[in-house]
Amino acid sequence: MISQFFVLSQRGDNIVFRDYRSDVQKGSAETFFRKVKFWKEDDEGDAPPLFNVDGVNYFHVKVSGLLFVATTRANVSPSLVLELLQRIARVIKDYLGILNEDSLRKNFVLVYELLDEVIDFGYVQTTSTEVLKSYVFNEPIVVDAARLPTLGPASIFMQGAKRMPGTAITKSVVANEPGGRKRDEIFVDVVEKISVTFNSSGFILTSEIDGTIQMKSYLTGNPEIRLALNEDLSIGRNDYRSSGAVLLDDCNFHESVHLDNFDIDRTLTLVPPDGEFPVMNYRMTQAFKPPFRINALIEEAGPLKAEVIIKVRAEFLPSINANTVIIEMPLPTYTIRVNFELEPGAVGTTDFKEANKRLEWGIKKIVGGTEHTLRAKLTFSQEIHGNIMKEAGPISMSFTIPMYNASKLQVKYLQIAKSKAKNPHRWVRYVTQANSYVARL
Amino acid sequence: MAPPQQSQRSPSPSQPSGKGEVSDLKSQLRQLAGSRAPGVDDSKRELFKKVISYMTIGIDVSPLFGEMVMCSAASDIVLKKMCYLYVGNYAKVNPDLALLTINFLQRDCKDEDPMIRGLALRSLCSLRVANLVEYLVGPLGSGLKDSNSYVRMVAVIGVLKLYHISASTCVDAEFPSTLKHLMLNDPDALVVANCLSALQEIWTLEASTAEEAAREREALLSKPVVYYFLNRIKEFSEWAQCLVLELAAKYVPSDSNEIFDIMNLLEDRLQHANGAVVLATTKVFLQLTLSMADVHQQVYERIKAPLLTLVSSGSPEQSYAVLSHLHLLVMRAPYIFSGDYKHFYCQYNEPSYVKKLKLEMLTAVANESNTYEIVTELCEYAANVDIPIARESIRAVGKIALQQYDVNAIVDRLLQFLEMEKDYVTAEALVLVKDLLRKYPQWSQDCIAVVGNISSKNVQEPKAKAALIWMLGEYSQDMQDAPYALESLVENWDEEHSPEVRLHLLTAVMKCFFKKPPETQKALGAALAAGLADYHQDVHDRALFYYRLLQYNVSVAERVVNPPKQAVSVFADTQSSEVKDRIFDEFNSLSVVYQKPSYMFTDKEHRGPFEFSDELGNLSIGAESADTVVPAQSVEANDKDLLLSTTEKEDGRDLGSNGSAYSAPSYSSAATSQSHEELALTNASVLGQAPASSFAIDDLLGLDFPVGGTAAAPPPPPPSLRLNPKAVLDPGTFQQKWRQLPISSSQEYSMSPQGVALLTSPNALLKHMKDISIHCIASGGQSPNFKYFFFAQKAEETSTFLVEYIINTSSAKSQIKIKADDQSSSEAFSTLFQSALSKFGSP
Repeated sequence: MISQFFVLSQRGDNIVFRDYRSDVQKGSAETFFRKVKFWKEDDEGDAPPLFNVDGVNYFHVKVSGLLFVATTRANVSPSLVLELLQRIARVIKDYLGILNEDSLRKNFVLVYELLDEVIDFGYVQTTSTEVLKSYVFNEPIVVDAARLPTLGPASIFMQGAKRMPGTAITKSVVANEPGGRKRDEIFVDVVEKISVTFNSSGFILTSEIDGTIQMKSYLTGNPEIRLALNEDLSIGRNDYRSSGAVLLDDCNFHESVHLDNFDIDRTLTLVPPDGEFPVMNYRMTQAFKPPFRINALIEEAGPLKAEVIIKVRAEFLPSINANTVIIEMPLPTYTIRVNFELEPGAVGTTDFKEANKRLEWGIKKIVGGTEHTLRAKLTFSQEIHGNIMKEAGPISMSFTIPMYNASKLQVKYLQIAKSKAKNPHRWVRYVTQANSYVARL
Repeated sequence: MAPPQQSQRSPSPSQPSGKGEVSDLKSQLRQLAGSRAPGVDDSKRELFKKVISYMTIGIDVSPLFGEMVMCSAASDIVLKKMCYLYVGNYAKVNPDLALLTINFLQRDCKDEDPMIRGLALRSLCSLRVANLVEYLVGPLGSGLKDSNSYVRMVAVIGVLKLYHISASTCVDAEFPSTLKHLMLNDPDALVVANCLSALQEIWTLEASTAEEAAREREALLSKPVVYYFLNRIKEFSEWAQCLVLELAAKYVPSDSNEIFDIMNLLEDRLQHANGAVVLATTKVFLQLTLSMADVHQQVYERIKAPLLTLVSSGSPEQSYAVLSHLHLLVMRAPYIFSGDYKHFYCQYNEPSYVKKLKLEMLTAVANESNTYEIVTELCEYAANVDIPIARESIRAVGKIALQQYDVNAIVDRLLQFLEMEKDYVTAEALVLVKDLLRKYPQWSQDCIAVVGNISSKNVQEPKAKAALIWMLGEYSQDMQDAPYALESLVENWDEEHSPEVRLHLLTAVMKCFFKKPPETQKALGAALAAGLADYHQDVHDRALFYYRLLQYNVSVAERVVNPPKQAVSVFADTQSSEVKDRIFDEFNSLSVVYQKPSYMFTDKEHRGPFEFSDELGNLSIGAESADTVVPAQSVEANDKDLLLSTTEKEDGRDLGSNGSAYSAPSYSSAATSQSHEELALTNASVLGQAPASSFAIDDLLGLDFPVGGTAAAPPPPPPSLRLNPKAVLDPGTFQQKWRQLPISSSQEYSMSPQGVALLTSPNALLKHMKDISIHCIASGGQSPNFKYFFFAQKAEETSTFLVEYIINTSSAKSQIKIKADDQSSSEAFSTLFQSALSKFGSP
């Protein structure tokens, strides 16, 4: 059971504050924010998502630059509260279309209305957007997505963005289209986060894919849906089909999913509830072909100089592009100057972040099959002693590749049973993101 | 549309200072209150929004109470809701004004629309004004009987709210029993779930004063109730499922078939995408199988994959919560996870609180087959830009070295750290090399060669410097220039700020002196002189002590300061196994994340229902700390738990095949090192060895009566049972055992008048019992009733005896209840206990 729920902006302002049990003092939001802030300043890294101050337990999750916080004095299940906070954020997003400080401020009365139904006296009542629809009467005031301010320096609060933005859909499940007509459509996104570690000779040390099949339904009449996955999909090492092409280590499902046929033909049936939800989460450690190969080298080039060479090769089809690629590398702490030189064919912007001694190489778009090489000449303030390889690296890379999935898991078809709409739009999209993509020196 | 005065105001929600705006709003609300103009609802909505936005940012808008209430007489549901929110916030501080709202709320409670009925009832119950409770009983009563499930759902929580405002009103209206009926009969799952939440809370709070409530609370754990919930589990929302699972985890099945039935039923809950459901299910599985070692281990295997999936899906916050639980399991049974070590590798972008957990897990799972890879990985982190993590990684390498038999490769790595020439790396590595040498002195040659090359000038951190100095002293015979290194350190005595380092320096110079007297003599003289002049008391005293020791006899001094040492075999664990077991019992709670049992961070009333062990934690624990007499009520609360659990659940406690309820892998209590197989064997042979041990008991009892009074009152023949004088049992284990074991002996006993007289001093009985190795774990009460819980352990095995002793000092009547791991020896223990009582108070 929780005592209070509140949402704070990045600056620590209360946007909504709901006290359910009044057994925690009113200044709790301030106490919380100060603690989180000082955690960072005291160089202890980020504050953990839950901590205890004077007998009060504070839970928080970061979503879209906002802090969703719950307090309680009871020894509750941490997963339950954190899951709940995440779910409240999702419900609000379902209603508002876009979740950010602006939309929340414009709709705080609606949010209070939702909060009253989601939690009563600290006990969770429902978090289903579907059920809530019949209790909630405020109309959302939809904010224009194009006018969204960029978060900029507030990105310290964006830790929650490690989770995929999922869909680009920013449509409220309750608000009607400007034309007054509701469009029948359903979005299925296969989102994969990949983690790869290359050792110094370019071999893969560890690799993992964490995937989610995310669904967002705007279908009227809530028809049943059949979702077919690869037939040669196998799950767990003991699966008799383990000769299959796609071998998942494990997976879990949303509670609306029926698995009656799953063992036979790998189809999932469900009646999708309104709003956004994960149909299935899965995890794969089977070897797969990484989308990028990274080769990196650092060499001494005189007493006060060294050279870094980073080569990145995109190993996917030329018809596919990777977006917002960023390559970073920590340099020796005594580096004072860096001269960059892009080899012919290489693109992007390069920068030396003086404050944290980091090399940054940003590339807006990498076309499949291309190779890019960067040379950086470092100048040091003191002579190198010890092993320079231990002073720099590892190289990390972040990227998004739309219409690409490393696991080869596929949605073969999406069947909508007895839909009232003539021809509902079905969107099945794939996207791969780097979670931790690292090459060691 | 908005009225004209509205449009003049700036539409931006700028931060107002307060007063002016509030009075402005007040007049605007007044104008609208009586108006019937078209569109007035929209204007009201705008104004209400403003009021609530001020309320959110902390401006006191309570002066608007009257106007708000007047305005909300409209039928617009959105307006109503905003008004309810407002009223709920300010009613408590304005009880008189709150009375204004009662009228329209009561009327709304009878509205045709169930939505309105529900909302009004919720608001009515949220007023939290004690003198208005009389108005709640009627609407709540009809709400509980409402035909609409939404209203019932609200009414059930309303009962709980009423209980918190006025417990007696709630109980007098017999709401708890109505809820119980609803819980078992309502067709709506959410109503049922709310009943369960409300009843758990009410009965837990009531249990401290009313015996019946305690019984009712116990009844929630009875087979029919638990089965009723489990069979319907899929009808419940995921959140209510967690509630049911939490209940099931406390249930004690009567046989293994029942256990397997429950596990089969819940199997698919492990595939749920909600981590809270999976962890709650995991808890059920772990608790149910505690007594079946091999099944318990299979449970670990089964839950591994789902937990790993949860760690890698979901937000970083959720994955941290799951990872903390995985961490707990890995620490309990590292061998089960040794093949999964790659999952515990750190990712560069993870927050440090996650990395710390992972480093500990990597350390725990390291074994012969994976050590090389794990250590290689850890060495990568040692060069990490994140310095705290780099330090932790080096410490992790060291810990692995200390727990492995084959340390060859690891020592090389550690020595490489020393050559990395990063200050913090060198510092951490020095501390580790020192510990390593204490455990494996045979490595001294290799290590010393490297350590000897480190200049003490490059080492600044006190811990590292102390380690270096210790090595210089300990191995000075192997280091050519140890005396000179020490000498230069002594020369800089005044610049050394850490007393710890100065203490080490004194000792090291002494050791060095015994090994190389001519070279060290000068340094020793200087060190003793500096030490004697030191302002720090400890340093001064040690210097003086060494000085006098040397004056007295140099060879004696050597034997004192530098005796031959035994290698350290095991370094002390930072957390006792009792504490770890407590945390495990509180699986799926904050205790796991904080790595502390709940009594260390939560008040008693917030620990949730059925947390028996916590209540004991509040009692005076152990004979040593028994000086404080515990407030009566906490003891009573505690009593009830224990009493009820025995009277109602006496049958079917023995789940395991070997009679011990605890055979989980790696479960260990501090006092025991024997495995459970041994336990089973030795239990059988207890009586056989008994005669030989009577002497020891005589001796122990002799200690009891230093005045020599044993002869005066002829005691019963000494019982043939030997107890462990240093027995240890944590309160959590005690309560768990007490719940699980059947009563093996229950007797009435009349205490001698002298004994009763002695009872007035609180510790007399505890001391008396402790002298014969029967330890008190909790005590309390108020005259004339006192209650004690004792425990004892057999001298040579893990078998434990638990005793509940209740005495009424006015009648001198008392009752002894004994429970024992080993039933066969409980008779002997009972005799021993009674004979001890008979001597209590005798001259």
